[in-house]
Amino acid sequence: MSDPTDKKPVDEVTGTETTGHVWDGIEELNNPLPRWWLWALYLTIIWGIGYVIAYPAWPMISKATPGLLGFSTRGEVARDIDSFREASAARDAQLASADLSTLADDVELNRYAVSSGAAVFRNNCSQCHGSGAAGAKGYPNLLDDDWLWGGDHASIAYTVRHGIRNDSDEDARYSEMPAFGELLEDGEIPALVEYVRQLADEEYDASLASAGEPLFADNCSACHGDAGTGDREQGAPNLTDAIWLYGGDRESLTQTITYSRFGVMPPWGTRLTEAQVQAVAAYVYQLGGGEADTPSN
Amino acid sequence: MSDNENTSPQKGFLAKHAMIERSATLLMVLSLVVVSIGGIVEIAPLFYLENTIEDVEGMRPYTPLELTGREIYVREGCYVCHSQMIRPMRDEVDRYGHYSLAAESMYDHPHQWGSKRTGPDVARVGGRYSDTWHVDHLSDPQSVVPESIMPKYAFLAKTPIDGKYVEDLIKTHRAVGVPYTDEMVENARADFKAQADPDSDYDGLIERYGETANVSNFDGQPGLTEMDAMVAYLQMLGTLVDFSTFTPDASR
Repeated sequence: MSDPTDKKPVDEVTGTETTGHVWDGIEELNNPLPRWWLWALYLTIIWGIGYVIAYPAWPMISKATPGLLGFSTRGEVARDIDSFREASAARDAQLASADLSTLADDVELNRYAVSSGAAVFRNNCSQCHGSGAAGAKGYPNLLDDDWLWGGDHASIAYTVRHGIRNDSDEDARYSEMPAFGELLEDGEIPALVEYVRQLADEEYDASLASAGEPLFADNCSACHGDAGTGDREQGAPNLTDAIWLYGGDRESLTQTITYSRFGVMPPWGTRLTEAQVQAVAAYVYQLGGGEADTPSN
Repeated sequence: MSDNENTSPQKGFLAKHAMIERSATLLMVLSLVVVSIGGIVEIAPLFYLENTIEDVEGMRPYTPLELTGREIYVREGCYVCHSQMIRPMRDEVDRYGHYSLAAESMYDHPHQWGSKRTGPDVARVGGRYSDTWHVDHLSDPQSVVPESIMPKYAFLAKTPIDGKYVEDLIKTHRAVGVPYTDEMVENARADFKAQADPDSDYDGLIERYGETANVSNFDGQPGLTEMDAMVAYLQMLGTLVDFSTFTPDASR
């Protein structure tokens, strides 16, 4: 380095010291960085050394240095999750083993179940059933009292836990409507469509509907009932309430009867905790359509 | 410079910088050396450190149909709005499931991690919804999620595919390191068709790719379309690793 006692050359025009470098006759002025800037730089270097010692940093032969603080992202997130689980552990345990039919008696637990159930619903269920639970074509409305598989607490929880017509859960609710396009003669489906519209109290063609009545008795009543009121044991919809999952217009009904429908719901018992299943069942129950629990529950 | 020796206050090794400053090529080469030191220190250890490469059970190469769906995913630029990387944070884990592991992207060329989320992360979307939902949602997202701003991809269900090039696709991925066996390459087109047809003889497919290969008529209509491939891909995302048997090593 330069000897501090050396006289440094000074640029005549500006009166500033030069570094002594000359390029093509142009001298480089020596304008050093401000002190505060330099000190900030030195401080970051010191900070950097401390950081490298405290946190995982240098790659060694098989692992990086772990750092004195023992920090790890995974450890952090696990601790974070645990602390939240712990905070609600008592209530979750209570909820997981609670009898949902008497849940309403425990005001505080009920409130906890419904609000945590709402969060579970918005994250997992709203994509199909809608964020307001009003459903969409092919995805049932959960606000009304028209239930395919039952609307008491236990039935709702079972549906959530095991799902419907999926391959991944052996206990999933299952039924399959035949595609009647392969089973019926030409002209029979339009007759059935009119009869179903008559059942639902929608505008219909009387002569076709009367032809459809015996067809309904032969082909449909086994699942949908003689009066078309459905059968929850096999998820056969009530056809008399003018609530349609796939539409009640002639085109949709023709399609339903010809090709059948096969709505699938995934099982959530494997993704949600028992408390979450109970919570979301309680949430769905109180949306409006919840039915009285049968004593056998 | 003739006057250099007289005016330079520096001597010895440090005085050499004049040499660097006067040769643009040397300056560039040496800058590159300095920058690569940073790169090498940060990147090279990732290839040999034991704790960055985690062995997990269940990973398998994509089936031909899934890989085709992945190509469509890339082609349509799904990654522009959807990430495939659940970060290790509580809120992410709560919403999407277990945070993503490096090994889960081991057969991705290129990976689809992304950092832009206009839509939700899809790293674990597999199995969350029914095939029908995916078809409804891809065809007209607003029909099931009214508040969605995702564009419609209904043309996927109208675009037939026959797997003509799927063998080449598999070979390409093998060339970049995905362990496809000769048998997998030979049967690529057969497996491609079998996976979308539950009535087919798909035992070979299951034998080659394992039980995690879903066989289904994904798009719900006869014939193979891009929708089949796309839904097959989406339905397997994040489902390969069985997390009930996975214990994270905290120091990773």
